Amino acid sequence: MNKLATSELEATALQIRRDILKMIYAAGTGHPGAALCAVEIVTALYFREMRIDPANPDWPERDRFILSKGHACPVLYATLARRGYYPMCDLDNLRKINCPLQGHPDMKKTCGVDMTAGSLGNGLSVGVGMALGARLNGLPSRIYVLLGDGELQEGMVWEAAMSASHYKLASLTAVVDWNGLQLDGRVEDVMNINPLGPKWRDFGWHVQEIDGHSFPQVLGAFAEARRVTDKPSVILAHTVKGKGVSFMENEVDWHGRTPSRDEMKQAMLELGEVWNG
Amino acid sequence: MAEIATRIAYGLELAELGERYPDMVVLDADISKSTNTFYFTRKYPERSFNFGIAEQNMMGAAAGLAAMGKIPLANTYAVFASMRACEQVRTFICYPNLNVKIVVSHGGLAVGSDGVTHQGTEDIGTMRCMPNMTIVSPADGTATRKLLPQIIEHCGPVYYRLGRNPTPIVYDESEEFQLGRAKLLRQGADVTIIAAGIMVSESLKAVALLAAKGISARLLDMHTIKPIDRAAVVSAAEETGAIVAAEDHNIIGGLGSAVAEVICETRPVPMERIGLRDVFGESGEPDALFEKYSMSARHIAEAAERAIARKGK
Repeated sequence: MNKLATSELEATALQIRRDILKMIYAAGTGHPGAALCAVEIVTALYFREMRIDPANPDWPERDRFILSKGHACPVLYATLARRGYYPMCDLDNLRKINCPLQGHPDMKKTCGVDMTAGSLGNGLSVGVGMALGARLNGLPSRIYVLLGDGELQEGMVWEAAMSASHYKLASLTAVVDWNGLQLDGRVEDVMNINPLGPKWRDFGWHVQEIDGHSFPQVLGAFAEARRVTDKPSVILAHTVKGKGVSFMENEVDWHGRTPSRDEMKQAMLELGEVWNG
Repeated sequence: MAEIATRIAYGLELAELGERYPDMVVLDADISKSTNTFYFTRKYPERSFNFGIAEQNMMGAAAGLAAMGKIPLANTYAVFASMRACEQVRTFICYPNLNVKIVVSHGGLAVGSDGVTHQGTEDIGTMRCMPNMTIVSPADGTATRKLLPQIIEHCGPVYYRLGRNPTPIVYDESEEFQLGRAKLLRQGADVTIIAAGIMVSESLKAVALLAAKGISARLLDMHTIKPIDRAAVVSAAEETGAIVAAEDHNIIGGLGSAVAEVICETRPVPMERIGLRDVFGESGEPDALFEKYSMSARHIAEAAERAIARKGK
């Protein structure tokens, strides 16, 4: 399948932001802030970076993506639909009974989801196992794990970080969605995780720090990660929680809130669509 | 009676099976010298991964390896697998029904001198309430070896519970086992003892004690605790009219609970449970602990008599 040029990525990202809001509005429940801030990262992965074939979702040689911050799944679901894994109309049924799009990703229910996720702190360990598995199978597969910054408070993340560098898993790339907020407030107030760069470096990782909303920077960081052959890579991506909707941006209350009809109207207008629900 | 610890029988057999199962991968959390996987890891270093003292990460990585088509065997002690890494087992192995085998040593009070921190006495209860999980507790070294290929070939998560200390060999080499099928060890008419793991050899002694009193006891080795062999339990209830469940585990949540669930739903008969009576153990010699916590052959036999006495009341 054709990979998108950067200008097309911008247009796709805008569509995905609208999809996310529509899904969460229809569901009446979900996490808009966390989904909106990861749009560029997930779009870049599925429309440019990853070796995948939506017509053949179980292709063994494909790259894998683990959304360790599983509550951001509307961004993954919208991206998979736009990439052709399932019809767009499936997005209307997020979090509804008897439907494939669960409140957090389920690899057995949703086409294209490589790993079940949602309980924070676990995805990087699974990524370590996948990278080891790819190596054992002689596959070129690369493994991508998207982590939240608050999630780094989980000790298991650092067990995984230690083992990834111990086993020199260069096919493993972690992205930290560094938006600075978690459910209870600012990450540095709840439980400070800084300094982040030195931590990952000390754990033996190749570290890059970028603007997570800039496609050239996101794509450049993935390209650099691919050139590292002796250690895993982490991309510390500065993002804005709720990115794209003025009244959601950097607002901790939008972690798990659903917009009202009026708020939805305004949000969609800011994203370039007249919406009348 | 010849003896071997089931953890050692497992380790030796595992190394023998390396060639037969090329997708098998062995994961450890520092204690391969104790779980006896070191026989395998020496022979197949390229398929062995030590994660250090980090069981949660090991379970997560096992899920990832299974998602890539490998057959990971994650090895640690019962307490750490079932509690330290409990959520990883539930959410990332059982929920997506991934093909991970969790093999644990140090199941039960029979661990002895290490004490409560290392005695896995709640693990079966924890594992039993996880959908998709199969739980197997072999009686001796022979059963351990013979069930292992079936466990590797079973598609889905398995919890294989082994013991630390040498235990009597119950089975001849010619015995055959089937995952999910109770093994009839002794036929009997007055009462059925349903046991698993080390309690099978203890129950054999109980059968002899009962026989000396003219009581005919049936003995079922329920090596597969989940899914339990319902048909065997129901026939035991119907044909002998009284049941004793014997397990090296808290009486809450384990084999006794599983048996009680079946007979209550199908053919209620008097039942007694042998196991830790919702208490923690302590350090000591296994035999002395079994005596103190009322889990020895004598206690099993007494429980059988109590169950028989309650028939028809």
